[in-house]
Amino acid sequence: MTRAKKISSSIFRNLIAWLFSIPCLIPLLLIIINSLKTKQAAASMDLFPPSLPIAWDNFSVVIEKGKLAQSFLNSAVYSVGSVVLCIFFAATAAYVMSRNQTLLNRFLYMFLVLGITLPINYVALSKVLITLHLNNTRGGIILLYTAMQLPFMTFLIHGFVAKVPTELDEAAVIDGCGAVRLFFLVVLPLLKPAITTASVLTFLNTWNEFTAPLYFLNNSSKWPMTLSVYNFFGMYFKDWNLVCADILLTSLPVLLVYLAGQKYIVSGMMTGAVKG
Amino acid sequence: MKKNKIYPWYFMAGALMIYSVLFFLPGVIGVGYSFTDWSAYSTGLKFVGFDNFRTVFSANENYTKIITNTLLFTFITTVIKNVLGLTLALLLTRKVRFLNLHRGIVFMPSVLSTLIIGMLFKSILDAKSGLLNTALRACGLGFLAQKWLVSTEYAFGSVMAVDIWRGVGYIMTIMIAGILSISSDYYEAAEIDGAGGAAKFRYITLPLILPTLATTTVLNIIYGLKVFDMVYALTNGGPGKATTEVLYTAVFKKFGTGQYAVGTALSSVMFIIMLFVGYFMIRLMTRNEVIE
Repeated sequence: MTRAKKISSSIFRNLIAWLFSIPCLIPLLLIIINSLKTKQAAASMDLFPPSLPIAWDNFSVVIEKGKLAQSFLNSAVYSVGSVVLCIFFAATAAYVMSRNQTLLNRFLYMFLVLGITLPINYVALSKVLITLHLNNTRGGIILLYTAMQLPFMTFLIHGFVAKVPTELDEAAVIDGCGAVRLFFLVVLPLLKPAITTASVLTFLNTWNEFTAPLYFLNNSSKWPMTLSVYNFFGMYFKDWNLVCADILLTSLPVLLVYLAGQKYIVSGMMTGAVKG
Repeated sequence: MKKNKIYPWYFMAGALMIYSVLFFLPGVIGVGYSFTDWSAYSTGLKFVGFDNFRTVFSANENYTKIITNTLLFTFITTVIKNVLGLTLALLLTRKVRFLNLHRGIVFMPSVLSTLIIGMLFKSILDAKSGLLNTALRACGLGFLAQKWLVSTEYAFGSVMAVDIWRGVGYIMTIMIAGILSISSDYYEAAEIDGAGGAAKFRYITLPLILPTLATTTVLNIIYGLKVFDMVYALTNGGPGKATTEVLYTAVFKKFGTGQYAVGTALSSVMFIIMLFVGYFMIRLMTRNEVIE
């Protein structure tokens, strides 16, 4: 009796699990299936498998019409640029803020981390960007992304720095290590898991960022993939096969990074969420 | 050891400078600009006192509706994401086949761009040929098919539903981490004492994941108040008069029409509220950091 009960409750659990996860899969399936169909077949955006021959040329059409090569390059420059800047500045700041907890440094840490909750005033930001000649420039977007990601990444790395024993610092200083060498040669290598996590998260967040380019890039040659896919959708909203192909190509980098870095993403989310 | 020498101040300078100038400064000068008549058409700035705030909070404008919408959106999505996320986390920390596959699939929408999800659901929720209504009709449930995004009745609910669908995996993942960090000793002891599943949840799991629940609530609130991409892609504030308009879609519209002063006043209301609320939220999040 109990055995039968156990089996039935196990079946029930598995059923519920599928009931939740299948709906989460449908949109991705929808994109993949319809990106392989002809215009007529994709018009109804259904889940029937594509008929043969598969319309592979959707991808080449969309790369050309949607100027995907250009926007892919832009997105890559923005994301990689802001990952490098953000992680470098977040790691150095988090390190000093964690190691030297003076009253001032604790205040500065709070001030920086407060950015996790604060909203950006895009309207006033436009004024600042114009004053600094950063409006509608690639450098401006990279710096802006860096500013947006810094608070959380500093918070994340700060938690890891505390786990690196200070005895290492003391030993290194006694051996004649200066401040810069101490950080880059002794502490930084030990922060590698935190740096990887922060890099993956920064990459995902900046690749998906849409608001800042929408406000500040009015030149389509500088658009990242998110903005150009939205624009493409506006022009070709009747050609779902092309829209889906565009969406798939735009999402591919984040999906690949997600699959490769899943472990790091989850561990990054756990810091701050569950500690102590 | 001289701490100031081996942990020099200039290590913090870069982060603080970029953040201050491009993030914090706009918030502060934005408050200043809210008291002027700044627009795309004004040549000089004129001080107008609280005029913009009076506009924002006046009853005959739509702004109160926008603020209510934003708060309602935040409240409802926060509650449902927490409840669903916890339920899923409880399910996916038990014996289920393909456990990691399930976890991966449910989390996946969180890595896709919100904008892209919005665009997709615009198709799925299309009244005439969308996948949802087609499926309902095919199952003989045609009477349930609605104009999900274009009727004033359902639009707000639909937008929230899509956002919950997108965000629940993220919350679930954090909750799973929270549940897994609970020592199994507690459960073994409870079992010896003859506790059932419900009692174990009530007296062990729930109290011990309260800190996790606090964090997910904070994250959901921060996200909800700032929501933009999702609403922009799905309805852009429509249909009709501000049915689904939230703070950030309204600000973007003011920016587009060159009414900068009203836009920055709307942003500033939020900035000031979040400055205070955020302080306590951050205290909550950094609290555990001290105890390693």
